[in-house]
Amino acid sequence: MPSHITTPELSKVDQERLTQSGIDLDMKNRCGSFLQMDQDVVHAECSQEGIEVLSYSNAFEKYAWLKDYNWKMVSPDKDDVTKYVAAQKNPKGYVIIAHKGSSNILPIQACLYLGKDQIQHVHNIIIAEEGAELHIISGCTSGAHVGKGGAHYGISEFYVKKNAKISFTMIHNWSENIEVYPRSASVVEENGVFLSNYVCMQPVKKVQMYPTATLKGANSVARFSSIVIATPGSLMDLGSRAILEGVGASAELITRAITKGGTIISRGHINGKTAGTRGHLECKGLILKDGVIYAIPEIEGSVVGTELSHEAAVGKLAKDEIEYLMSRGLDEDEATATIIRGFLDVKITGLPEALQKQIDASIDEAEKSGF
Amino acid sequence: MLQIKNLYVNVGDKEVLHDINLHIDDGETHVLLGPNGSGKTTLLMTLMGYSNYTVTKGTITYNGEDVTNMHSNERAKRGIGMLFQRPPTISGLKLGKMLTAISRTKKENIPELAKSVHMDKFLERDINKGFSGGEIKRSEVLQLMIQNPDFVMLDEPESGVDLENISLIGTTIGTLLEKDKHRANRKKSGLVITHTGYILDYLDADKGHVMCDGQIRCHGNPREILKDIKQRGYKECLECRHT
Repeated sequence: MPSHITTPELSKVDQERLTQSGIDLDMKNRCGSFLQMDQDVVHAECSQEGIEVLSYSNAFEKYAWLKDYNWKMVSPDKDDVTKYVAAQKNPKGYVIIAHKGSSNILPIQACLYLGKDQIQHVHNIIIAEEGAELHIISGCTSGAHVGKGGAHYGISEFYVKKNAKISFTMIHNWSENIEVYPRSASVVEENGVFLSNYVCMQPVKKVQMYPTATLKGANSVARFSSIVIATPGSLMDLGSRAILEGVGASAELITRAITKGGTIISRGHINGKTAGTRGHLECKGLILKDGVIYAIPEIEGSVVGTELSHEAAVGKLAKDEIEYLMSRGLDEDEATATIIRGFLDVKITGLPEALQKQIDASIDEAEKSGF
Repeated sequence: MLQIKNLYVNVGDKEVLHDINLHIDDGETHVLLGPNGSGKTTLLMTLMGYSNYTVTKGTITYNGEDVTNMHSNERAKRGIGMLFQRPPTISGLKLGKMLTAISRTKKENIPELAKSVHMDKFLERDINKGFSGGEIKRSEVLQLMIQNPDFVMLDEPESGVDLENISLIGTTIGTLLEKDKHRANRKKSGLVITHTGYILDYLDADKGHVMCDGQIRCHGNPREILKDIKQRGYKECLECRHT
């Protein structure tokens, strides 16, 4: 069992914020951990045989071949964010490698903590080699008292080799003055599975991301699930893209979005390039208070034999559902919260129970404050 | 238990119920008959306190308390419960979670009660999503078992239900209404809408009422009224002004 993570300079409030992001400082249900506070890597270890958790710099010192995985899925020239990260002389972030045939039952946790007014930059590379299975929970949070605000720039490149699986569950717990710009992409080989889950129930100034999975291998699978609430002042420009290239490749893009006054742009794009591929895109939005949900589902098929579908719905809480629960004795607030909780209840196929529970716990936490 | 006096109800701008008067004593089960669109469901929804049904005149008194303007959850807390004919589907909300949420005592053995109405395999399903007619009714009955109301309203409990399920639903509702007890010892009361009368085999109903055009036109023995309607239809009821 890996050692307890010590964060002496963190207040109890901030330690609680880490916990709310899915980070277990006691490491009871984790097999490995990475913690970066601002630009300092304070913890990187993994006790699971065959799996390594390394800081970006240590990883490149140890494995020269990593250069073949560096900036290969995300272009350093993509935009200002990638250019900024690529220009860093001392890159930060982590590299997680699940070597051939390895697997972790207890997830690895990666925590990126922003404590000062600044830009935190990370570049992460995650590799599951042939037949490996890798589960990661990434908790991203900021200190409760980040003065004028800050920004997080994160590059993540995922490589899912033949018969391998990666699940990556990202829980954001930022604050009203933080901007977040993840840039991530993945490639999935034959029979590989990539699960990407995103949960953000707490205020944030701006999030902008559009992760892309390229399903190169036959029968490869990608599932993106996003569960978000936009509070007043938040701008969440979210999306996910799946490019279906391998025969039998399939993708599912699921979003549950609620606005309480913020703006959510929910993008999605599935591109079926090969016969025998399948994709489904689903976005359901709920407007609780004046805010915006702008769903932009795109499906693009360019060959005979690709099957793509989408459904998008944006609406309000149904009065008849609320009254139905009230007729069973719940007051209006309880009925509303119960329906919202159900709306957000997305069960992710193939996700370990511990991670599903972590997602549920994030939603439960939001429910306690009445969403 | 329930006293309705000179009740007028609007749905939107339209007056649907006119001068309804009804008295249901403790332990009594009454049956409400009438053609489609006559206002039967409107009456039940009004008694449950649904907001679309506006009482413009008259009173509803339950156990001596005026509940005319009370919210539905307050009525439910006081012991009024309803089996809906077409309850909504609630995506994502599992039946089991709802039962836990509505349990008043939190002591009910939900899995056991669910099993008794063959709904144990539905506890992890979204409420009413893809349920058959019989499953919807069994889900409703199960919710009532958890609620354990003192006054039970049933809106066509047998519609869309096969004969085997009618037996199960009827028996269970009979237990809810304490039909297994001697008449003198019954405290729970009911108001049942039925078209076929099948459910009456299980409910030992005390009184029947016929509703036409938003008015209660006559009262009497429920089985005799039903027999008349089966023989002659509602034509004479529609023409009859006797109450």
